[in-house]
Amino acid sequence: MRRYEARWGLLMALPAILGFVVFTVGPMIASLFFSLTEWQIGGEPTFVGVDNYVGLADDELFWKSLGVTTYYTLGAVPLTLVVSFAVAMLLNQKARGLAVWRTIFYLPTLVPAIANVVLWIWIFNPDFGLLNSLLRQAGLPTSQWVYSETTAIPSLIIMSTWGFGNTMVIFLAGLQGVPRHLYEAVSIDGGGPWRRFWHVTLPMMTPTIFYNLVVGVVGTFQVFTQAYVMTEGGPNNSTLFYVYYIFRKAFTESEMGYASALAWVLFMIIMVVTFLMFRNARRWVYYEMAGAR
Amino acid sequence: MTALATPEKTRPRGVAPTAGLRRPRRYGRVLLYAGLLLGAIPTILPFVWLVRSALMADSQMFVAPPEWIPRPFLWSNFGEALTAQPFALYLLNTVIIAVVCVIGTVFTCSVAAFSFSRLRWKGRNVVFAALLSAVMLPYAVTIIPTFVMWERLGAIDTFAPLTVPAWFAGAGGGVFNVFLLRQFFLTIPFELDEAAYIDGASPWRVYWTVVMPLSKPAIVVVTIFTFIGTWNDFLGPLLYLQSEEKYTLSLGLASFQSLFITQWGYLMAASAAMIAPIIALFFFLQRYFIEGVTLTGIKN
Repeated sequence: MRRYEARWGLLMALPAILGFVVFTVGPMIASLFFSLTEWQIGGEPTFVGVDNYVGLADDELFWKSLGVTTYYTLGAVPLTLVVSFAVAMLLNQKARGLAVWRTIFYLPTLVPAIANVVLWIWIFNPDFGLLNSLLRQAGLPTSQWVYSETTAIPSLIIMSTWGFGNTMVIFLAGLQGVPRHLYEAVSIDGGGPWRRFWHVTLPMMTPTIFYNLVVGVVGTFQVFTQAYVMTEGGPNNSTLFYVYYIFRKAFTESEMGYASALAWVLFMIIMVVTFLMFRNARRWVYYEMAGAR
Repeated sequence: MTALATPEKTRPRGVAPTAGLRRPRRYGRVLLYAGLLLGAIPTILPFVWLVRSALMADSQMFVAPPEWIPRPFLWSNFGEALTAQPFALYLLNTVIIAVVCVIGTVFTCSVAAFSFSRLRWKGRNVVFAALLSAVMLPYAVTIIPTFVMWERLGAIDTFAPLTVPAWFAGAGGGVFNVFLLRQFFLTIPFELDEAAYIDGASPWRVYWTVVMPLSKPAIVVVTIFTFIGTWNDFLGPLLYLQSEEKYTLSLGLASFQSLFITQWGYLMAASAAMIAPIIALFFFLQRYFIEGVTLTGIKN
């Protein structure tokens, strides 16, 4: 029975294992090798050692794209966390028409990236766009949005916050898992809604907040479509996102080796940042079953 | 991970189940709906703007101050936008890719999840952990070699690079689905398997007749995630598809964007048409969706 079971087990896991080898491990090794070569697609790769990595230090656009991506991440992630947590708190109440409310708040997340870009180009239009029209009617100063170097990234942060739905759904799932007897205990002690939030909801939600934080940072580090379709990295490279720079190097300028080195640096940055977040998490993430782990 | 503490277990006897979430007092209600409305307006506004622009003549779009009601309602924008480029063909291509991906992902991921949760074999947990590590890998690292691989195989400008990985448990980030399904399968009582095995059932039979029928919410979640992911994918088709008759909706819309930069009405109509099916799908399935996310305990 044991061997019979093991045979079935391997057989059923086989597609997943093959997929992991062919589409993850293989490409990773290949990518590491490519990053040590100079290679135009169609030609033969020439081994150049760590030249590509050394070359990064003098590449102004590499630093620029790193800065742009960091700026974007620092703006978009906290804003999305706060907005989605607040909305999840509201949706965790017994409101009428909950299905409709949930759908409304999740809607923007469903919009295909490309349709999203088309829509927001039109919203950001300085002359006839939604945002400037509203500002003008309210008698407030208008903005050039994505068409100016200084406001391009903040505009894209607003645009990304609009799609807070996924983060919100996970917060909602977390909120529904907070044990109700804890709220009871606070109420018995005479605590109001504020104390319930501060002493029960927030501590119990720290694992969920942490999960969303990590997923958010890893995600925003990999933004591509906005830069490719909406701004093409402009104006004046102010929206040259890191992955867009990799794409440009690889598929426009056909510098596969250099692009692979860029990709590996991104990988290392994400690993270091994730590691730091995990280490820092011990100070503020509360695990109820910490002893059991 | 199995210890998904349910409120039922931790609730002391004699306390009504809804005690914590009792209806707030009246001012609380007012605040609640005010908050919901306040959040909903900025969420909805871009859609309203999209729909009103889709129904307007360009001449009316470019007036200041802006008008919210189209005069007249130009329904013809939809027809003309969708025939100006072969969007029907793009739709067909997108649906083909999405359906092939959903079937492949649901099948290979659930089979793997079954193996990782309910069959014992040597090295199982190590393999599972290795697989899961793929989720953290940025796609930028694998995209160049993967592209080169498909190019060497002569598969550029075919649907293969867009669909085949789905049949290997979604490959890469798709492994998240294996995790999600495994978490769900672990909540199904193992006594059911044992009873089936005593009756002489094979693991395949247990998978197909015991575990799968009990896992509908989780299957629905994976289906929705995969369908939306494929429907919305832009980078994949951008890299692998070249001839226009193979374009997906995403690519069609992107090329439409650069071709018809002046005809905003058409562009908005085409965008609205691409969003609408996804919204309809979500609306009807959202109950399973939220339930699935909650049950599978993504938060852990």
